[in-house]
Amino acid sequence: MRGPAGRRSPVHELAATVVPALALLVVLVVAILVITSLAGGYDAVAVMRAFWRGSFGSSDALLSSTLVRATPLILAGLAVAFAFRAGILNIGAEGQILAGAAAATTVALTLADRPAALVITAALVAGAAGGAAWALLPAILLRWFGVLDVISTIMMNFVALHGVGYLVRGPLQEVLGIYPQSSTLPDAVHLPMMVPGTRLHLGFALALVVSIALAVILRSTAAGFRIRVTGENPFAARIAGGIDVQRTGMRVFLMSGAIAGLAGAIEVLGVTFALYENLSPGFGYTAIAVALLGALDPVRVMLSGIFFGALEAGAGAMQRDAGVPSVLVSVIQAMIILGLLATAWWRAKRAAAPPPVPGASEGERLDEATAG
Amino acid sequence: MNAPPALTLEHITKSFGPVRALASASLEVRRGTVHAVLGENGAGKSTLMRIAFGLLRPDAGRIRVDGVMRDHASSAAAIRSGLGMVHQHFTLVPTMTVAENVALGGRGRFDMRAARRIVDQLTLDTGLVLDPGALAGALPVGAQQRLEILKALAHRAHTLILDEPTAVLSPVEADELLAWLRRFADNGGAAVLITHKLREASAIADDVTVLRHGRTVLTGAIASLTEPMLVHAMLGAPPESDVPERAASGTRPASGDIVLRADGVTVSDDRGVPRLRDVTLELHRGEIVGIAGVEGAGQRELLRALAGRLVPRSGALRLPSHIGFVPGERQRDALALDMSLSENVALRGAGARRGWMRWRAIDARTRQLMKRFDVRAGSETQSARSLSGGNQQRLVLARELDGDPPPGLLVAENPVRGLDVRAMEDVLQRLLAARDAGMCIVTHASDLDEVLAIADRLFVCFDGRLTETAVDREAAGRAMVGAT
Repeated sequence: MRGPAGRRSPVHELAATVVPALALLVVLVVAILVITSLAGGYDAVAVMRAFWRGSFGSSDALLSSTLVRATPLILAGLAVAFAFRAGILNIGAEGQILAGAAAATTVALTLADRPAALVITAALVAGAAGGAAWALLPAILLRWFGVLDVISTIMMNFVALHGVGYLVRGPLQEVLGIYPQSSTLPDAVHLPMMVPGTRLHLGFALALVVSIALAVILRSTAAGFRIRVTGENPFAARIAGGIDVQRTGMRVFLMSGAIAGLAGAIEVLGVTFALYENLSPGFGYTAIAVALLGALDPVRVMLSGIFFGALEAGAGAMQRDAGVPSVLVSVIQAMIILGLLATAWWRAKRAAAPPPVPGASEGERLDEATAG
Repeated sequence: MNAPPALTLEHITKSFGPVRALASASLEVRRGTVHAVLGENGAGKSTLMRIAFGLLRPDAGRIRVDGVMRDHASSAAAIRSGLGMVHQHFTLVPTMTVAENVALGGRGRFDMRAARRIVDQLTLDTGLVLDPGALAGALPVGAQQRLEILKALAHRAHTLILDEPTAVLSPVEADELLAWLRRFADNGGAAVLITHKLREASAIADDVTVLRHGRTVLTGAIASLTEPMLVHAMLGAPPESDVPERAASGTRPASGDIVLRADGVTVSDDRGVPRLRDVTLELHRGEIVGIAGVEGAGQRELLRALAGRLVPRSGALRLPSHIGFVPGERQRDALALDMSLSENVALRGAGARRGWMRWRAIDARTRQLMKRFDVRAGSETQSARSLSGGNQQRLVLARELDGDPPPGLLVAENPVRGLDVRAMEDVLQRLLAARDAGMCIVTHASDLDEVLAIADRLFVCFDGRLTETAVDREAAGRAMVGAT
């Protein structure tokens, strides 16, 4: 299978984006039709209209709902994609989000009466540091003890969840000591809005910046090239490239944690304004689908994050306006992911049988293909 | 001979997409004979044998085993009809014992004691000595191959197909295997030996069939054929010269500046076991130094240490700052197959690079290298995977020989493994040209002849020591097994 190459012709790039996007659209429409009208007995047109109204149908739906929901998904998706590109299977974005949110909340509440810009900056930095710290243990376990990254990062998710549970009932609980959540952040330290009168906060712009920065790093810097080669073939990276693949993997792991932690910090500073256990409705897990749909390419991950944001926003509207229960919404999401996997499988199959290369010796190639 | 032929393939045709691999290829193997199948890489040898063994379905043609028409729908069907195949890449389960590997593919209950008895009995019957309790993965290569043969015989194979069986063996092991095949055939078996070594074919085969471009171009008793006839059949045109002129190989004085100096160097393998002890040598500009040794004698570790890819356990090693390295397993160690040719060229020195990637310059340099080294590809943006083996190797060689100034030292493991005759010759010529331009080249090949063909000096690894010998088949062969 041809991996997500860093550099390809624009035509390739377009084809690689358009085909799965079309496939997804078809799956989405079919899923909504089948599930709601056949299985649920709902009015399909009304359901679709509700979905559209809730996601892209108005500037308010787009700005206050879709893009706001997309922000943590984009960042967590980038965290996952960045790690995957280096061959690090970081499934722990969920835990890193929570660690980042907890760190950001602590800093923001502690510094609350300082200048707002300082508090916000410090809280964002603390969030990134918290996420990186949460990735540190799996990174160490992987590098020096060979513990599988998949397993250790999943386990760290549960530790983070219960860690937040402890914090909001103990050291960080709101002053009255009634609810299991932190005190609400003062208005001054909320993230500024990007568009006045909407709920779209500056975090979305930050997500775009991170996405573009990662794209540039991977595509055009020596460090990014090392990351891509390490993910594509660690043996060749080490032996032919002289790359320290372990150190590369370790750095990417921590950076991935930092990006996820930033997502958590932004969610607290821009949306929830307090820390509580259900702060993330599985952003870190959805992020894996976001990253895969975006083919691990930062710019496409951003688009895929917006798509999933729209899906959630539209699903909310379907629930409110057309009365479709939320489980059916989850079923539709699952069908999207299955459709996505099917497209990926189809493309892999096509790539496995490449067309003959002009000028290459057919015989030799054939022997490679059929030997052994 | 009255018995029907052991294996008959009639007019086998097979295409892969637009590429015709076999065009009416035929083969008849008489019982009691060893039958060599010769041909360049890509001639269709492997494909034909995979069809015989049920791993591929032919588009047209007939298969008979012992005179009976067969339609091998799977390798299991082929095994039932009495065929056995020893693949070039072994098909053992490394974490299982010899007995368990032999019992694989059986039916019903697995009985460990019975499986061991079968191995012991086969050892007794065939002279292929193996410890039934040993782990397959821990066996040396020669023993793994014996195990492959034993597996086939345990399924009552009386016709064996061996795909380049001697490629992985030391000369002594290869001789043993060939002698065993001779006895196997004399005792009523039959063997198909796929090979590209003429010497091997004429040494042991009774009959020979030559394939070219998927067709049978020559077949007959080997006694009636001369070596030039076989070469002509394989290559299609009389080769310009038998062995190309090699600039006074073996007689060049070692007069260039010293490129590399090792003093009392000891190298260990991945598991920390010392493989070569107390190596002391000096290598000079403008010489090709061959390192020979049977599989596992320590040449792999030594080469990697000389290439700066492995830190010696002890001793002093002075290396030039600029070293090219052509690893043996190019698809694993030298190339990122799903990245573009430019990206693969950029891989060299990636560990130390800082700042931005200058892709436009790298693309231009890649195009230049492709032209200079005849890497046949549509463009520098296509993936390394889409290249043929020969073109992949030329790309690696181009990358590792490149530089301004070029590297002072090139270390090459099995630089021509898996290449066809023409590609092999091309690579060897480029190594010789690099040497003549003043580079020092250290090389090892599993096939001793490939080393002897270009080496100016020769070292042999044996029993943990490195000794210099004459550049001579006899001397090297004896040193590799410790004979004096």
